[in-house]
Order: sequence, then structure tokens, then C-alpha cells
Amino acid sequence: MSDMNAEETGSAGAGAGEGGTTAGLLAEMLRNSRLAAFSLAVIIFIIAASFAAPLYMPYDPNKPSLSERFAPPSASHWAGCDDLGRDQFTRLVYGARISIMIGLVPTSLSIILGTALGLVSGFAGGRTDFFIMRLADVVLAFPSLLLAMVVSYTLGGGVTSIFAALAFVGWAATARVIRAQTMSLKEKEFVESARSVGVRESVIMLRHILPNCIPNIIVLFTLNIPEAILNESALSFLGVGASPPSASWGLMVYRYKTYLMSYPWLAAAPGAAILIFVLAFNFLGDGVRDTLDPYMKD
Amino acid sequence: MSARPRLLEADHLVMEFGARGVMREKQTVQAVSGVSFYIDEGETLALVGESGCGKSTVGRLALRLLEPTGGSVRFEGTDLGSLSPSELRAIRRKMQIIFQDPYASLDPRMKVYSIIAEPLVTHRVYGAKRETEARVRELMSRVGLGPEQIDRYPHQFSGGQRQRIGIARALALNPKLVVCDEPVSALDVSIQAQILNLLSDLQEELGLTYLFISHDLGVVRHISDRICVMFLGRLCETGPTEDIFRTPLHPYTKFLLEAVPKPDPHLRKEKKALLAGEMPSPVNPPPGCRFHTRCPESGDICAQVTPEMRSFGARQAACHFIR
Ligand SMILES: Nc1ncnc2c1ncn2[C@@H]1O[C@H](COP(=O)(O)OP(=O)(O)O)[C@@H](O)[C@H]1O
Ligand code: SF4
Ligand SMILES: [Mg+2]
Repeated sequence: MSDMNAEETGSAGAGAGEGGTTAGLLAEMLRNSRLAAFSLAVIIFIIAASFAAPLYMPYDPNKPSLSERFAPPSASHWAGCDDLGRDQFTRLVYGARISIMIGLVPTSLSIILGTALGLVSGFAGGRTDFFIMRLADVVLAFPSLLLAMVVSYTLGGGVTSIFAALAFVGWAATARVIRAQTMSLKEKEFVESARSVGVRESVIMLRHILPNCIPNIIVLFTLNIPEAILNESALSFLGVGASPPSASWGLMVYRYKTYLMSYPWLAAAPGAAILIFVLAFNFLGDGVRDTLDPYMKD
Repeated sequence: MSARPRLLEADHLVMEFGARGVMREKQTVQAVSGVSFYIDEGETLALVGESGCGKSTVGRLALRLLEPTGGSVRFEGTDLGSLSPSELRAIRRKMQIIFQDPYASLDPRMKVYSIIAEPLVTHRVYGAKRETEARVRELMSRVGLGPEQIDRYPHQFSGGQRQRIGIARALALNPKLVVCDEPVSALDVSIQAQILNLLSDLQEELGLTYLFISHDLGVVRHISDRICVMFLGRLCETGPTEDIFRTPLHPYTKFLLEAVPKPDPHLRKEKKALLAGEMPSPVNPPPGCRFHTRCPESGDICAQVTPEMRSFGARQAACHFIR
């Protein structure tokens, strides 16, 4: 609660490997796993490059240039040009913003929703638990892509309904993990210790259970982001994704699939971008999980 | 001793847990089956018995951290079962617990300050944070923690130091009763004495009343005024500590005393009488006297009739064959 020695405890937490601050745990992960550290660097680089794009990119991502339609990759157009003569590499760099948004926004929504429901479900038990878990079962019973399509279509399409659809299919898995963690945490002696001191049940849940779920939440977060990006790509590919001109990478693959035989680089470049981004998040998620695992087990 | 007012009185406490067996069939664990005792202000009552006999459950029932299946607990004359949740939270100021496992009982994501301050904050003891912090520092120094440790996390401490944090937290609200649930059995032998001395000093200084739980009669010899010996959910014998050590009445007490390490290694070896048979399970406790399957002195009646507690001077014991 006192924040006078935040630095000292941050570094101290890093040394021990169990308990302590989240920042300390992350620092330890970066030391333990080169792959995770490298992946984090790649992700940060992509995000920074994309948001700083207007500062250094020579082309406008949306300005057509008829003379350069379908120009192949070259020194001036690294990834060639598309059917309207727009620089493909510029569009990729700008498109990263959309993919990041699609990774972060619905994932954040589903993590918040799933954590809240999982926490209440595991802590309250009984009927509340039964009801929430059956709801989660229903959501998980359908293929997530199909469910997301239905929800997105019902809400009328567009970026907002994609976000809502992805959050809707994502919360159930999170709720299950957080519920299991809550149920194991609430049997711990430190919870009984809080009770013995006279702390209210609702305060116990927020002050003692929730903070001890943070490692799980971080893992879920890093692993859910690539899933959301992939799902959005698939939705775009199926024609129910974000609408142009806010072109996401998934939408770019969808649009250029017609030219797959004649101008293969058009679909290949955004495909590769998705692959790199998703892999980086997966490696990062694995690294976080491996570092936190000994802690989560006890 | 009789001048001391009664602080806590437990009357025929029963605790049954629902559990699942190997085949997932429903079972009832009879953890505590009719335990009565009292504790007077300022004294230390020791509760002794083998692991799994129900000591911790009794401790939790005494503080109403568990709701008993049967029986009642009176604290300063108030039936804890009659209190509303908010009244119960309020009365918790006066009764605290020190846990056996100093690793599991401290929230791993809280700093020492927050751990010790939590009771003070919960009961809004001080208006200003400065006062709370002053009290936390005072408690830390009293239990032997350095002021620089206030911003550390539990995992940065040894078991003994963690137990000191737990003690400081338990004392923060100036409680009357402290249940010490095997506070030293998870610690190195070299540290046990330090913590026991600290607990004795604190008791003297603050006029605390202890319910001191231990599986080792040797540990409680020097700190307890009276002892309750427990076997498989029931009390076997209670009485003043010296009497129990000088002339144990109940066969189980005798067995426990023989297990206490003797200074003379020859004596120790000779006396290591093992009990016959396996430890019976609280799921299927033996009928009659629960000790009869292992008791070297048992007779025919023991398997049929449950022995009642009977008084023998200052002592009480539950065995058919004590005269
Ligand atoms: N919450 C619970 N649920 C089911 N069984 C329990 C629970 N708590 C304790 N028990 C059982 O009750 C018995 C007594 O446990 P406990 O009071 O912890 O014994 P002790 O502290 O003497 O070692 C044991 O058989 C234990 O398994
Ligand atoms: S009642 Fe019988 S079995 Fe029980 S302790 Fe006495 S002699 Fe042993
Ligand atoms: Mg115990």
C-alpha cells in the first residue's frame, strides 16, 4: 500500500520466482526465455513502427496510382502494389494498427468479462456457479468461428460487431480458468486468515483472490490476442470482417485471394504478417506461462 | 486459578464434513464428535493429539471459522452461533489465530505492511494512515522484525520470520484469545524455541489467553497450564499439565508421553512402544471407545460402550478402566 519503495520491491520480487510483483515476474521471464524476450521485442517493434508510420512512410496507404497497378516487389515498393496501385508495404504497416486493435480490444473485453464471471462463479459456488458455468458450456459447445460469425452478422457487421462477437466467444474459456483458480485459492489459509480478522467476503474476493489470479490473467491475455487476430482474419476471409477502407491484414488476404495465381505476393505478404505477429504472441504467452507455472501450481 | 473469569466455553462440539471416497461415494468425516472444554482468561490450554485427530477443526470451531454440526461456543458469555455476520466480524477483534503453515497463511501478493495492517484497516482502528503505519512498525519491532522489512513480500522471509509476521498480524487488534494452531511444528527445531519464547513473553506482557494446539506433548509441557488430550475427534483426558505429566490416567495419554523424547537415549529406545494396528479413520470410527482397536488395556466393554468423561480430582478422563 505504501509506495515509497516500489523500485526496491520490484527488483526483489524478480529474484525469487514465486509471489511478488507482476513486474518482477515478467522481468524474470525475459531473463529465462530468449525466445519470449525476442518475441516481445518484435511485437513492440511492429506496434511502434505502425503507429509512427505517418512520420516516415513515403506513401499514402489509400492513394491509388493507376500506373503502378500490380507492380511487383522492387526497391521502391518492397511488397509490390495492389490492384489500385497502392503501396502494399505501406498498407501492411498501417494495417498493423487494425490488427493490434482487433487483438487488444475484444481480448480485453473478453478477459474482463470472463474474469468477473469466473471469479464470482468460483467464489460464490452453488446456483450462481451452476448457472454461469452452463452458460459457458453453451458458448464453448459451438465452434468459435461459427458463433462469432452468427453474432457479428446479427449485430450488423462492421468493426464494433466484430469486437463484440470475438469478446462473446472468448469470455467462456477465461471464466473457466479463473473459476478453477478461484476455487483453489479460496481454500488457502490466507483467505481463512482474512476471514478470521473480520474481512468481508466481497472484500476477500477483490483483495485476496483477484490479485492472485493476475498471473493467470496475463497468460490468458497473451494467448488470447493471437487467437482473436486469427479469428478476425478468418472472419474477414469469409467476408464478414472489418469493412474497407479500414483494411486489416485478414481483409487484405481475403481481397487478394483472387490474384493468388497471377500476383501471389499480394496475399502472401499480409499472410506472412499475420503469421509473424501471431507466432510472436504465442511464444510470448508460452514464456509467461512457463515462468508463472511453478507459482501457479502451489 | 479459579479467580480468573471464564473466557471461552465449548459445549459438545460436533463437526462432520461431507467428503467423497475412492469410488466417489458420499462419506461423512466425523472430525469432531462431542468435544467440551473451557478456557479461563490469561491461561494457556493445550490441545494435544496425533495429526488428523481434529485439533485444527476444534480451533476453527472455537473461533467460529467453521459452523459446527452440533454444539455451541460461548465467548465472554455470548453464544457465537447467535451472532449476525456483522456482529461476528466485530467480535473477531477479540479472538485471533496463528496458523500452522507460515507459507500458506500469508497472502503471497501482499507486502508485510499490508498483511499486518489489514486487521487495523478492516476495523478502522485509526483514522490516519500515519497512525496505522506507526502501529505496524511497533508490532514488527515487538515480534523481532526489522523496520526495513516493512515493504517486503512473504517469500523473501524464512519460515520463522514469516511466523513472526503472522504473530504480529494476530496481535494487531489486541485480542484476548489467540488460537495457536501448531505455530512451531513447521519450523526448524532451532527456531521453535525462539518462537515459543516470543509467544510466552507476549502472553505475559499482554495478558493473552492461548488455545495452544500441538501434536507433541513435549512442546506444550512448559507453556500450558492445562492440557486436553484428543484422539480421533474425542477428548481422552484433561487436567493440569503437571498432573498429566506425573500420572497420566488414560492409556492414550500414557502412549503419547512415552513418545516424548527423553534426555537419556537408552531410555528413549527402550520405551518406544508402538501401538498395535493402524490409525482408525474418522470416516468409520470404531464403535465404543474409539481407541479400543489400538489400546493395550482394552477389555470387552470397550468395543461396545463409549466411555464418558469422569472426574478424578482436578482431572477428567474417558476410559472404562480408570479407578
Ligand atoms: N474442510 C474439510 N473437509 C473435509 N474433511 C476435513 C476438512 N477439514 C478437516 N477434515 C478432516 O477432518 C479430520 C481432522 O482434521 P484436522 O482438524 O485438520 O486434524 P489435525 O489438526 O488434528 O491434524 C481429518 O481427517 C481431516 O481430513
Ligand atoms: S475405554 Fe477401553 S479401549 Fe478405551 S482407553 Fe480405556 S481401556 Fe482403552
Ligand atoms: Mg492441524
